[in-house]
Amino acid sequence: MIEKALKGSPRYWGWIFFLLFIIGIGFINYIRQLHYGLGITGMSRDISWGVYIAQFTYLVGVAASAVMLVIPKYLHNYKKYAKVVLFGEFLAIAAVIMCLLFIVVDVGQPMRMMNIVFHATPHSVLFWDMIVLSGYLTINIICGYNTLIADKKEVPPPGWIKPFIYLSIPWAVSIHTVTAFLYAGLPGRHLWLTAIMAPRFLASAFASGPALLLLVLMVIKRVSKFKPEEEAVQSIAKTICYCMIMNLFFMGLEFFTAFYSNIPGHMNPLKYLFFGLQGHDMLVPWMRTCIFLGFFGVAILIVPPLRKKEGFLAVACASIIGSTWVDKGVGLVIGGFIPNPFERVVEYHPTFPEISIAVAIWAVGALVLTVLHKLAVAVREQEMA
Amino acid sequence: MGIDRRSFLKIAGLSAVLGIGGGSVTDLLVNKDVEASEAVCTENALHAKRWAMVVNVKKCSEHKDCKKCIEACDSWHNIPNFHNSKDEVKWIWKDDYEHTFPDQECEFMSEDIKKAPFILMCNHCDQPPCVRVCPTKATFKRPDGIVAMDFHRCIGCRFCMAACPYGSRSFNWRDPRPFIEKVNNNFPTRMRGVVEKCTFCVDRLADGLQPACVEACPYGCLVFGDLEDPESEVRKLLQENVTIRRKPELGTMPSIFYIV
Repeated sequence: MIEKALKGSPRYWGWIFFLLFIIGIGFINYIRQLHYGLGITGMSRDISWGVYIAQFTYLVGVAASAVMLVIPKYLHNYKKYAKVVLFGEFLAIAAVIMCLLFIVVDVGQPMRMMNIVFHATPHSVLFWDMIVLSGYLTINIICGYNTLIADKKEVPPPGWIKPFIYLSIPWAVSIHTVTAFLYAGLPGRHLWLTAIMAPRFLASAFASGPALLLLVLMVIKRVSKFKPEEEAVQSIAKTICYCMIMNLFFMGLEFFTAFYSNIPGHMNPLKYLFFGLQGHDMLVPWMRTCIFLGFFGVAILIVPPLRKKEGFLAVACASIIGSTWVDKGVGLVIGGFIPNPFERVVEYHPTFPEISIAVAIWAVGALVLTVLHKLAVAVREQEMA
Repeated sequence: MGIDRRSFLKIAGLSAVLGIGGGSVTDLLVNKDVEASEAVCTENALHAKRWAMVVNVKKCSEHKDCKKCIEACDSWHNIPNFHNSKDEVKWIWKDDYEHTFPDQECEFMSEDIKKAPFILMCNHCDQPPCVRVCPTKATFKRPDGIVAMDFHRCIGCRFCMAACPYGSRSFNWRDPRPFIEKVNNNFPTRMRGVVEKCTFCVDRLADGLQPACVEACPYGCLVFGDLEDPESEVRKLLQENVTIRRKPELGTMPSIFYIV
């Protein structure tokens, strides 16, 4: 099967080598980080998690979002998704691999990571996060691989994978719920101490993941003979739209609780993120762009004639990816640490090595996704031939 | 038994994945220069059911320039000095009322209190959030109430730093050893990539000594003792004075009390 990924156009190989180049730069910087320590990043005593954990959080959402295709296909037998659900599962695999890599680069002593297993601690949410993420990766590899093989042989997938597919549905919800619990159970971090953290995470995930998938499918449409059905694309677009509206609604709820209650601790992180606090306003342009892009994307998706034009759809998807990425991949983690436990504002500036390592992990994800989607496309093209 | 190329690759891949985990085992065997130092109790070791400290801010503010407790702690525990706040490691330090008790600010409070120095360190909470979140039990609560750290087990995930509502924890963002002014061989130095904090001097208690900061204070502003013992000096001070704790509303039940 894998040989299908070794045959491709010069453009395909160009893309692969471009990704390998990015990964190479990141890898060199990771070696530097291992040697020097995490001080090579912009993190500090006050902002003790940064770009890495923020990307991790965002990508858990992308991984979980495969369920938005799996539910209609396998629970409601929505046949239009038959050809695309595999692409969603493969996106989940690539996203979980990125998640795990972001954890590895974030820990100070990666050589000791197996301590989480040797000294298993069920009262730590991180222990459960490890279980649900590795489990989710396994389930998706089982389902994705067997579906792919069955499609290649042009037979229905084996019956025994049905339970795994059904299991993947609650499991997808669990990965993002547990990830939300990493934050939502900490006393004294006011931005994070909210009961709607998990629903907010899920809403933004179910918007951002499918949006990313639609963009990938648009690329696939241009570089291969596989054309996803228009009805499937439109259904995914509607899912994105509803989930993004929910996400924006949840963000509004956070504002209401903080500002109507008028409790300083709850208002301060939001003030810092959206208006500036104690003269510090580095993230204000980011967060305002996030809100703008969110509404802009929804505005396009909610109008059927716009949504049906591919160009507009692409812009809407990109806007929603941008909005959710800034919300979770920038604001959420950094905002949780500002102001610090002494109600002082200490800002965070990621460094070049830190960014290059993060970009390299994204490139690893893109590489995994490219190879897996190449296999899926090969099978789809074979079906059409 | 025949083995085709496909099965071979599967087995080889699986072995490679398992091999990554094996790395830490060889690490344990080969890396002899870092040995876990376990506190061995001597005959005159100090014991308590729940260790606690009372900080007499009234007395302390009579000596605003005094830093003896901080200096004693820094030198005993081999605290590095990086001369920058980004890499900073600190176990005990001073701050003002407004930032020590940010949820109890009052603009009309007396100038004396506003300007008084507050000695800050790990609160050794009775319900420590850091212990709850640690995925390896590298930070743990001892039966005597001390929230201790195993520097050799810590993987450096910094979940405890996010969980601590008191900003009491520091991370070794880089190798601290070149930045230690004078190494004290009675206490281990740390390596990069692990979290550390005040341990109420568990090692000194085992030797029958008071914590370094308590011993160093010439004015008796820091009083250390057993909270469960009604006859202890800390209990007497709590009976005779109005004391406050940091962020009691979070339910962490700190073991550091401030007389203001």
